Parts: sequence; structure tokens; C-alpha cells
Amino acid sequence: MTRKFVGILIAVIALIALMQGLKDLPKWADPNQPASIHVSPRYIEKGIEETGVPNIVTAVLADYRGYDTLFETAVIFTAGVAVMMLLRRSKR
Amino acid sequence: MIREHEDIVIQTVCRFFIPFMQAYGLYVLAHGHGSPGGGFQGGCILAASFILMTISYDLKEVKRRFSEKLNVLFCSLGVFIYAGTGLVCLLLGGNFLNYGKLSKILPTDPVMARYYGMAAIETGVQITVMAIMVSIFLNLVTAGKHEETVEEEDAGDNSK
Repeated sequence: MTRKFVGILIAVIALIALMQGLKDLPKWADPNQPASIHVSPRYIEKGIEETGVPNIVTAVLADYRGYDTLFETAVIFTAGVAVMMLLRRSKR
Repeated sequence: MIREHEDIVIQTVCRFFIPFMQAYGLYVLAHGHGSPGGGFQGGCILAASFILMTISYDLKEVKRRFSEKLNVLFCSLGVFIYAGTGLVCLLLGGNFLNYGKLSKILPTDPVMARYYGMAAIETGVQITVMAIMVSIFLNLVTAGKHEETVEEEDAGDNSK
């Protein structure tokens, strides 16, 4: 009974703390939020002349964020190797 | 689980369909620069064509066309192409994955060299995604045995 009460209390306190942090987030679809004024204008304005790629998604994915995509590919590779290691049974 | 069904309608439709799916997967890769698409999507479409081949024909047919040795090779080849492109940029004097330096070995200016560098890494992504998707599907559906098995609970009570 006491443990249940303590658990609920901790959950409520955590909820209140998270709601406090929620106030500092920018408003939904605010054009002046940090994500929209930091690097996005640079990608949108200079994307074609710097990379020669009309599709801005590909430009960001493969060029500006090349490390991200490299390790995404490595994650897929690791997942496949893990499935092979766990499931593959060769004939004896 | 995966055995030949001998259904002429399914097999004929799939035989027409699979080459178009594979061509479309390559189209999605090649047009990833100008329209929505890229390595991940194209790889999944290519893998879907092999999965369709598995469920319309049988496992033996897929293993004949895309053997397990080749599959494992392709899994690592894609990551190798991606990291190798970055390493070539490093050797040519730029940062890792700075494709602009590829203009020293390609007959283009640095901006178009970035274009071709991106095409190279998307090809690597496509090869890895295709091989891994096919490998995961085959391992899950045959419980890792890679052979055709008849489900034992269906064998008894489903007498036709």
C-alpha cells in the first residue's frame, strides 16, 4: 500500500516537472522557433548552388547529414547480422 | 511453410510483375536527386520483389537467383561503398564524406562532384537495405533453416 502510494506520488511529481519544461518549448508551427531560424534557411537558400541537387531532402540526408545516414546504414547492417546470428541454423 | 503452390495465375502475374518492380526500384534510386526517393526506399522496393518471388514461387527459386553467399556479400558491400566513398574524399585531401574533393578524380566541377558522390552513397545504401531486408525475411519465415518445411499442425487436420 505504501509502495503503491510512493509510486503514484513519484509519477505525479515527474508529470508536474515535465509540464513545467513544456512551457519553454516554442509554439507549434511558430516561424521564429530555433529550429526554423538556425540552419534551415541556409539549407533552403544555398542547397542547390552548394550541392547541385534539386531535391533538398536528399541534399540534407546525404550531404549535410552524411554521418547520420552512414550510421543509419550501419544500424540496418547490424540489425541484419543480429537476425542472422540469432536465427540462422546451418545443416549439420 | 514456403512450398510451391503450382498456381498458374499467381505465378504468371508475378512473373510479369517482378521485373517491373525491380526496374521501379532502380528508378527510385536514380531519381532520388530530383524527386522523392533514394536508397532506403528503392532498396525496400527491390527487396519486396524478392519477397514476392518467394511467396509466389518457392524458396529454391529465390536461392537459385540470389544465393545466400551473394546476399551476405551484398549486406556488407553497401556499407563498404558508403564508407569507401567517404574515405576516398579523405585521401583526396578533404574531410570525411566531403564529396566536393571528388572533382579531382571526376571530370566535373566540385558542385557536380557532390551530386555524383551522393549518387554513389545512395547506391551503397540501396544494396545494403535490399540484402538485409531479404535476409531478415528469409530467416524469419523459415526459422533460420533456409529450407522448405511443411507446417506440422496443418498437415494432419487440413485433409482436403
